[in-house]
Amino acid sequence: MAQADLTMDHSLERNGKHPEKWNWYHYFWYNTDHKVIGIQYLVTSFAFYLIAGVMALFMRAELYTPDSDLLDPNMYNALLTNHGTMMIFFWIVPAAIGGFGNYLVPLMIGAKDMAFPNLNAIAFWLNPPAGALLIASLFFGGAQSGWTAYPPLSLVTNNIGQSFWILSIVLVGTSSILGSVNFLITIFKLKTPNMTWDELPLFCWAMIATSILALFSTPVLAIGLVLLLFDINFGTGFFRPEMGGSVVVYQHLFWFYSHPAVYLMILPIFGIMSEIVTTHARKPIFGYKAIAYSSLAICIVGLFVWVHHMFTSGTPAWMRMFFTISTLIVAVPTGVKIFSWVATLWGGKIRFTTPLLFAVGLLAMFVFGGLSGVTLGTAPFDIHVHDTYYVVAHFHYVLFGGSVFGIYAAVYHWFPKITGRMYNETWGRIHFVLTFIGTNLTFLPMHQLGMQGMPRRIAMYDAQFEALNQICTYGSMLLGFSVLPFLINMIWCWAKGKPAGRNPWHSLTLEWQTTSPPAIENFDEEPIIWAGPYDYGIDTQSLETEATVEEMLEEVGQEVR
Amino acid sequence: MTIQGTFEETGNGAKPSHTEAAGHEEHGDYRVLGLLTFLFSESLMFGGLFAAYLVYRASTETWPPESTEVELLLPAINTIILVSSSFVIHRGDSAIKKGDVNGLRVWYLATALMGIVFLGGQVYEYLTLGYGLTTNVFSNCFYVMTGFHGLHVLVGVLLIFGVMWRSRRTNHYNAEKHTGVEMAEIYWHFVDIIWIILFVLLYVLTQI
Amino acid sequence: MAQEKETVPSSLITLTVGLLVAGISVWYGQNNGLLPEQISKQAPLVDNLFDLMVTIGTALFLLVEGAIVFALIKFRRRKGDETDSPHIKGNFPLEVFWTAIPAFIVIGLGIYSVQLYSEMGGFDNVKKAVASNPAESIVELASASRSDINPLLLAQGNSIINRYGIGGNPDTAKTLPDLEVNVKGIQYAWLFNYPDSGITAGELHIPVNEDIKLNIEAEDVIHSFWLPQFRIKQDAIPGETTQLRFTATETGTYPVVCAELCGAYHGAMRTNIVIHTQEEYAQWVEDNKIARSPDFEQTVAATSQPVDDGEFMKPYVKDLGIDAESLKALQ
Ligand code: HEA
Ligand code: HEA
Ligand code: CUA
Ligand SMILES: [Cu+2]
Repeated sequence: MAQADLTMDHSLERNGKHPEKWNWYHYFWYNTDHKVIGIQYLVTSFAFYLIAGVMALFMRAELYTPDSDLLDPNMYNALLTNHGTMMIFFWIVPAAIGGFGNYLVPLMIGAKDMAFPNLNAIAFWLNPPAGALLIASLFFGGAQSGWTAYPPLSLVTNNIGQSFWILSIVLVGTSSILGSVNFLITIFKLKTPNMTWDELPLFCWAMIATSILALFSTPVLAIGLVLLLFDINFGTGFFRPEMGGSVVVYQHLFWFYSHPAVYLMILPIFGIMSEIVTTHARKPIFGYKAIAYSSLAICIVGLFVWVHHMFTSGTPAWMRMFFTISTLIVAVPTGVKIFSWVATLWGGKIRFTTPLLFAVGLLAMFVFGGLSGVTLGTAPFDIHVHDTYYVVAHFHYVLFGGSVFGIYAAVYHWFPKITGRMYNETWGRIHFVLTFIGTNLTFLPMHQLGMQGMPRRIAMYDAQFEALNQICTYGSMLLGFSVLPFLINMIWCWAKGKPAGRNPWHSLTLEWQTTSPPAIENFDEEPIIWAGPYDYGIDTQSLETEATVEEMLEEVGQEVR
Repeated sequence: MTIQGTFEETGNGAKPSHTEAAGHEEHGDYRVLGLLTFLFSESLMFGGLFAAYLVYRASTETWPPESTEVELLLPAINTIILVSSSFVIHRGDSAIKKGDVNGLRVWYLATALMGIVFLGGQVYEYLTLGYGLTTNVFSNCFYVMTGFHGLHVLVGVLLIFGVMWRSRRTNHYNAEKHTGVEMAEIYWHFVDIIWIILFVLLYVLTQI
Repeated sequence: MAQEKETVPSSLITLTVGLLVAGISVWYGQNNGLLPEQISKQAPLVDNLFDLMVTIGTALFLLVEGAIVFALIKFRRRKGDETDSPHIKGNFPLEVFWTAIPAFIVIGLGIYSVQLYSEMGGFDNVKKAVASNPAESIVELASASRSDINPLLLAQGNSIINRYGIGGNPDTAKTLPDLEVNVKGIQYAWLFNYPDSGITAGELHIPVNEDIKLNIEAEDVIHSFWLPQFRIKQDAIPGETTQLRFTATETGTYPVVCAELCGAYHGAMRTNIVIHTQEEYAQWVEDNKIARSPDFEQTVAATSQPVDDGEFMKPYVKDLGIDAESLKALQ
């Protein structure tokens, strides 16, 4: 290879403006390093997760008894709205896309940073004011019409809280659009030239699909919410039937975004799964192409299923049927992924590390939640269980059992890379067991509750449902406790953990070929692709080869200096 | 210093050695691409608005409802101004491609002025229409759609002024280096295209 | 694993596993006991679909999880083994297989859903009614715009055909329903108005085994009319009239639930559906007709009191703001 190949784009050349290493305070301010931004996203979103989690615990406490005795019903609605909103817009989306997307994509493709570092920082810094707006809304009583904010309810309850809520979501939506532009250009343009498209790590494929989806759907939500804002504050009547508007139009605008949004929350997790399963099973990913393209298939089909949230609303029969079928079709590409991961595990040499445990837990719960999603997809059955706890059970299985488990798996898997230190395996396993039991205890009984007749979003319910609800509440307490081993593990090991070295998992993707934590511009040299990202077991000596790779890189590094 | 990487055979054939060393040109500047991606997304925002408008139109008996009819003459003139400004701004872009900074300035100034005239016409129309934002669903749509578009025109005008401001510095833009100029132009065309759709929806479709 | 010694032929193992999974799934599909009683003609239809999906779902879940657990045990890393596993990157026929099978299943489910939905009455619409009822007025109805329908049809005692919801199925759509009730959702109560007898009530009383049609409206925000034991639900949408058409198959009292978040006391928006025998129902109509004419307020007070849910409504009555006056205002 010629010298010229090793130099990066001039525009991204080190401009000498930054120090050798970031100081702690650099993490608290405007910073264009994608790794700093990634960490900023992860930490802030995790804080929101705790807040929203505590809200859930209050809700569960209220639901311990059939009467509305602990919380004022208005308060309950405010909590449930903000719980859903924070979990989705301030936890899963920023953590999975903003956090891991930013941290990993440039590293995985051998780039020094994202294509637009400043835009990236701006996108992140839209989040804190958005979060502040949301929290401020709580001081005005909070939005109370659910995370879906259907008018006319959202027009008539707590206008100030609702307006703050809208502004907050529009801000994070903007952030998400800017982020997606950045990811697409980064992957398409900054991928190191000696990496071919079928050597692109699957996480990056997932980020491509995610970004396309966000670019398509987010603006539609934004406009829907702007119209809602006008209806609330400026006297228009887009969603006021008495003025000739239509409430169903809002639902279409909302779900045109918010169904894809659920795939925004799972596609990056699918990418993470692909990385973790192969690394810890020590086996090449099974069916690379199928996994890569099924992300794109989910992304495309996912744009045409939104009416399955509106089967009982003002939708004509043909629509209910069309969207039944399109919804069911999503199961096929998703199944391809699931089966491929199982096949990857099959015949591997599986190491029971915490990331693998979470990944396997995810498989169990996501398949369960996905199957309940398929039952919801059929309109005749959905008509019965729509807006009941059956739906609540479904989406916590896919969101908690899927997305949150995936994020946990990713945090453990890349912790050594991000901090340069190892986490504690025992605490990690305890965390996994508690979370796994807690999740099933909390959300499994909800299926039955819903089918038996308990609607969602209620602070008071029939006495016959008390026993099952109490199980759910106990489960949620266990979930609350399960956060503690995680927090202890992370904080302790970040400060005092064993140094991890470059590549504790002997993984083959590029991010592991640089130091841990990576230097400010990631790679000293333009990285060389020694093997495909998942070429485990090419020869049985691979671990030795691995060592030589590191040695060689180090040698090279010294020679350069 | 050269490193010889041993490329593992990965089942995809050996990697072709990377020969186009000069492939990256002078700038790895992807801003234009980024802008296009962003504008694609932005157009869906209008898309949502247009879709909602068409739904309201389909479900209302007389559209526009009585006493909220639109005027055609002024907007038609306005449309002509805006559409021709797209050609004007392109002259500016061609000028800088030839290294003619003055030409750039003149044409961009002309474009900005046309944009301002357009906005003025818009405001005049608002003042003389005789109905307001809240009159009925049609007027809701009318004001929100044109207003939202007007906001984009305003941003476009500011971008153009930004380009003109920067062009004062010598050699800030030249025949090779003019991404900012190009971006302003692309944005302006975008605003123009949206207007054409808007014009059809709000003014033409309401006459029949 | 093919290399390892096997004492039992693998085809036999596969067969046993397959039969076992199939057996468990079918059994669980039939005996999951998750759904409440079936009180409408639609309920068994929906439950059959659900049971079928549970069967398929259980089988898929067991297979996937079984494979995972098996792999975790069998293919765990042994102590001291630092090597990687064999370099297997795919298996095209296998991938085609596991794409095709789910595709096949979901298409089957899709077709079944459409057919079932038609049987439930989901496709009831203007066209069908016209085809089966060639009376002139109905033809007019088809061409008339929606806003003209009501007076025209009500004058002739005909049924309004609404665009959204569950209507007559291919059989029942040919005839008019036996009883129509206008339902109105308000924050936080359901009001039932019987156009033929003029009764207004807070509980839904209907005769068993008769074809009932509800015309559902909302006064303020969206509500959702749900009869869990009937497996049917339809939103009450401000500005639209929606419908539910069903036949109750048993007498008794069952809950009517509001399923769409409609404000703080959404959870308290409950009432009952009371299914009478034909005679009892006639009696009920008589009683309420009499009660109605002299003193309207009294009737409302007597009938709008939710029976079982009175307890948790009580503390909120003042917040709810539903008193006889506001009820009257709504009439
Ligand atoms: C991470 C988020 C996530 C994901 C991935 C999904 C995935 C799916 N969801 Fe879910 N969903 C939500 C989050 C998510 N959902 C949320 C938040 C809501 C509620 C919103 C609200 O109202 O507040 C919701 C609500 C919701 C509804 C509306 C319910 C209602 O309100 O009445 C429906 C209906 O169709 C649905 C369907 C599906 C389907 C079919 C999938 C599919 O993608 C699942 C595909 C996966 C599998 C099927 C499993 C694995 C596949 C196999 C093992 C292959 C073989 C399978 C078959 C042949 C069936 N979801
Ligand atoms: C990713 C998304 C996500 C996640 C992770 C969760 C997590 C949880 N959810 Fe959530 N939920 C939603 C998304 C999510 N939810 C959405 C979208 C809705 C719909 C909203 C709507 O209807 O509009 C919803 C609605 C919802 C309801 C229905 C409310 C209703 O309809 O009336 C319930 C009820 O039980 C519930 C419960 C829980 C519980 C117990 C958890 C638990 O997993 C939470 C576990 C708790 C913690 C993790 C907190 C731990 C913190 C501590 C112990 C404190 C430590 C503090 C410090 C160190 C400072 N959720
Ligand atoms: Cu009415 Cu909920
Ligand atoms: Cu969905």
